[in-house]
Amino acid sequence: MAAVKLLFVVQRPPYKSENPRLALTHALASQTAEIYMDDGDSVVPTVAFVGDGVLNAVKSQQAMKAYGVTSTESHIKGCLMTDVPVWVCKEDMERLGLKEDQIVTDAEDMGGADISTKFVSFADIQKEMDVVKHLLFF
Amino acid sequence: MAELTLGVFPSLVGSMSLDFSFKLAEAAIAKGHKVNMWLSGNAVMMAKKGQKAFKDYSHLEKRMKELMSKGMEITVCEACAEARGYHKEDVPEGMKRASMDWYLAKTVKTDRLLHIGGE
Repeated sequence: MAAVKLLFVVQRPPYKSENPRLALTHALASQTAEIYMDDGDSVVPTVAFVGDGVLNAVKSQQAMKAYGVTSTESHIKGCLMTDVPVWVCKEDMERLGLKEDQIVTDAEDMGGADISTKFVSFADIQKEMDVVKHLLFF
Repeated sequence: MAELTLGVFPSLVGSMSLDFSFKLAEAAIAKGHKVNMWLSGNAVMMAKKGQKAFKDYSHLEKRMKELMSKGMEITVCEACAEARGYHKEDVPEGMKRASMDWYLAKTVKTDRLLHIGGE
């Protein structure tokens, strides 16, 4: 019986790479992974956006209108709704001139979530890298 | 003997990372380890059988079959494959298709997970 902690670190910006979408969809897949696991086992993912990857968390994306695809914003909301923690690196937000009110923090328009996005320092993300069993770098 | 799971995302053509992943798997199996491989993103190119082995391009189908015959489990992301037009009937013999939760579940028991990122 084990609860395995995973950290998905996303460093690519949205849409020009498939990586952020794959990180989010893989993290969301933790919700159904139990069909392949022994009783009592589970995976506990956290998604952290760093570098240009913080752009994935910008609010009011118009991906469906512009590209005809779902936005990384909608996947982030999906994570929050399924209790997958979402972290955004504060230093990289500052570097890109982003304020907290420009970032997706809840899923109110999709039915609400019990958790919200956390703004954390890169040092906190590094600490998490040290404690998780597996690091998945997208 | 340990268990190694490789999450592999780069394409077969345009990058040598997929070639590297197979070489690594081969080395681990030669040392007696169990290897699982998850192919997702552009790495699902491997889910199309009958690719012609031009000498100008990487070609891994033969090596993949050899590794599977030595016990390596290879599973391809079903959604990534379908999105690229690779269907169930295209899959090389021995390769499985599953959703992403297969990969997540492997992280529980595997001793080491190596995530080889895509483009």
